Amino acid sequence: MTVETMPGLEHKAERAESRRGFLLGLPAMVYLLIFFVIPLGIVITYSFATRTRSGRTELGNWNVEAYRRLGEDAVRAVAFRSLWIALLTTLICLALAYPLAYFISTRSPAVRNMMLVAVMIPFWSNFLIRTYAWRVLLDSDGLFTQLVSAVGLGGGRILFTSKAVILGLVYGYLPFMVLPLYASIERIDWSLVEGARDLYASGWMAFRRVVWPLSRPGVVAGSILVFVPSFGAFVTPAILGGNKKGLMGSYIVDQFMDARNGPLGASLSVVVLGVMLVGTLVYFRQGGRTL
Amino acid sequence: MSEATIAVELLGVTKRFGDVTAVDDIDLTIADGEFFSLLGPSGCGKTTTLRMIAGLELPTQGTLKIHGDEMGLRPPNKRPVNTVFQSYALFPHMDVRANIGFGLEMRKVGKDERTELIDWVINLVEMGGLGHRRPGQLSGGQQQRVALARALVNRPEVLLLDEPLGALDLKLRQQMQTELKNLQREVGITFVYVTHDQEEAVTMSDRIGVMHEGRVLQIDTPEAIYERPTTRFVADFIGRTNFLEATVASGDEVVLGNGDRLRVSSDQAEGTAVAITVRPERLTVHGRGQAPDSRHRLDGVVDSVVYLGNAIIYSVSVDWMHLEIRCPATLAGDRRHPGDQVTVSFDPDHTSVLVG
Repeated sequence: MTVETMPGLEHKAERAESRRGFLLGLPAMVYLLIFFVIPLGIVITYSFATRTRSGRTELGNWNVEAYRRLGEDAVRAVAFRSLWIALLTTLICLALAYPLAYFISTRSPAVRNMMLVAVMIPFWSNFLIRTYAWRVLLDSDGLFTQLVSAVGLGGGRILFTSKAVILGLVYGYLPFMVLPLYASIERIDWSLVEGARDLYASGWMAFRRVVWPLSRPGVVAGSILVFVPSFGAFVTPAILGGNKKGLMGSYIVDQFMDARNGPLGASLSVVVLGVMLVGTLVYFRQGGRTL
Repeated sequence: MSEATIAVELLGVTKRFGDVTAVDDIDLTIADGEFFSLLGPSGCGKTTTLRMIAGLELPTQGTLKIHGDEMGLRPPNKRPVNTVFQSYALFPHMDVRANIGFGLEMRKVGKDERTELIDWVINLVEMGGLGHRRPGQLSGGQQQRVALARALVNRPEVLLLDEPLGALDLKLRQQMQTELKNLQREVGITFVYVTHDQEEAVTMSDRIGVMHEGRVLQIDTPEAIYERPTTRFVADFIGRTNFLEATVASGDEVVLGNGDRLRVSSDQAEGTAVAITVRPERLTVHGRGQAPDSRHRLDGVVDSVVYLGNAIIYSVSVDWMHLEIRCPATLAGDRRHPGDQVTVSFDPDHTSVLVG
């Protein structure tokens, strides 16, 4: 063997290695292709298609009419309402989850694990069933409604209002905020806080200048994990909101089912996907910078 | 020491964590401008003592004063001290200048003054040109300098250092020892330095407090601690030494294990079992019977010879024990060899009598 043949051999070995990696990933890639990439392609194609008088979607005669309709007041109102509710849900989750995550991460390891399991217990039963349970609690004679009026925080039925929707969303997505926050707070080196206190920072300043900035990856991750599904939520608004005021998710379903307007439904879906994509990109950029 | 010259004073300070007593009723007085080291093996309570001065732990019992002010429950941010942490604890999301300026900012020092002070201290620790790097982009030695600068820039009344050189390699550590000592002289701040490295403590300190199992066993100058240890633990922990088991015969005489009488004074009662400690370099090896009469002599046989370059270590067995002897290295022709019949001698004045 001469020295010159070595690079060729090395190259071959690398190629074989990469082929093996490809084979390992193949089943998942085929799955994603069939159940994700192709349907996504269909949605995007539909969004440029034409709706016939009878409500069928006609492939061909491509146009951007469906996107133009996104500017209509009715559609914009739904979009902004969805944004607003998703934003409120995210902020409430953050306000509730941060102190909890902070508390958990400052416990002893045994207590910590127990509390994390407790946070995840709701996942043990089906989301739909839990949402129906809220429907009972929030009805005019429901336990929660009675409790609220008993402490004098207003009476009347909460069910089928925006409040009920936000309550349901916060309930459903709170764990998605707690877990990433916990992960990032738990990782913070406690001696940094001691360092800040030693350098004349009050407890509050040590939190603001050290703990908060270092937990930001968790804040960003949690916010996106809550905001994105809240924005496109369908089940919760349908069951707890009574669909009186449409949100993005149910509005899209309506377009496909009742209004029989495939292109509009598809174009709305593309917009929602776009919002989620932007959110995800922000997440990775934030994460990449601080992790 | 008069009241005005005392920088740190601990009176009967005890710290317990649950059932564990980390610091056990210690008294400590550290003078203003002093380089004071707390030396001991890990778990001896030295770091806990330092953390109590910093306010990061509160004493279970006792009084702690800094320049005469009772610290009580005062939080760390209200104490006139700063700490250089063992892990440095540099803020990873701030650059070097922001790290150094943090304490000044918290104390609301004006921007211009802050810039001036940061420039001064960056110069002092020779970190010019690296002000905008993040800690993650610095080497261990550079991080150590930033940690030092971040504490010094506040001109604290007392600077607390928790094994700051522990993570550095030997060469850098030795260089930093000299630099730290010079720096301390230059800024004139009281340093309280925690270390488990006896060489480090001996090299830098004005005084050393040797700690063991939560207690301070001896506080003295490095030389006194080395030459006149008062307990067996201190003698053993600082440098290498020989222990000769003995019994007190009278106020100024002890009987060694082989029956030899040795004239050394001790305040122990007659019949008390004691140990005579003598450093390896205070022992001399002679040919059998050639030792001068003025010194105490023990006959023995050379077991082993270890050549260290600048010194030679002999292990000699006298009839009831082994002795370690350190001599300046001689040329090969003058050396003893294993099996040689020799006499080991020492001056009784160079020994200490220890109980136990």
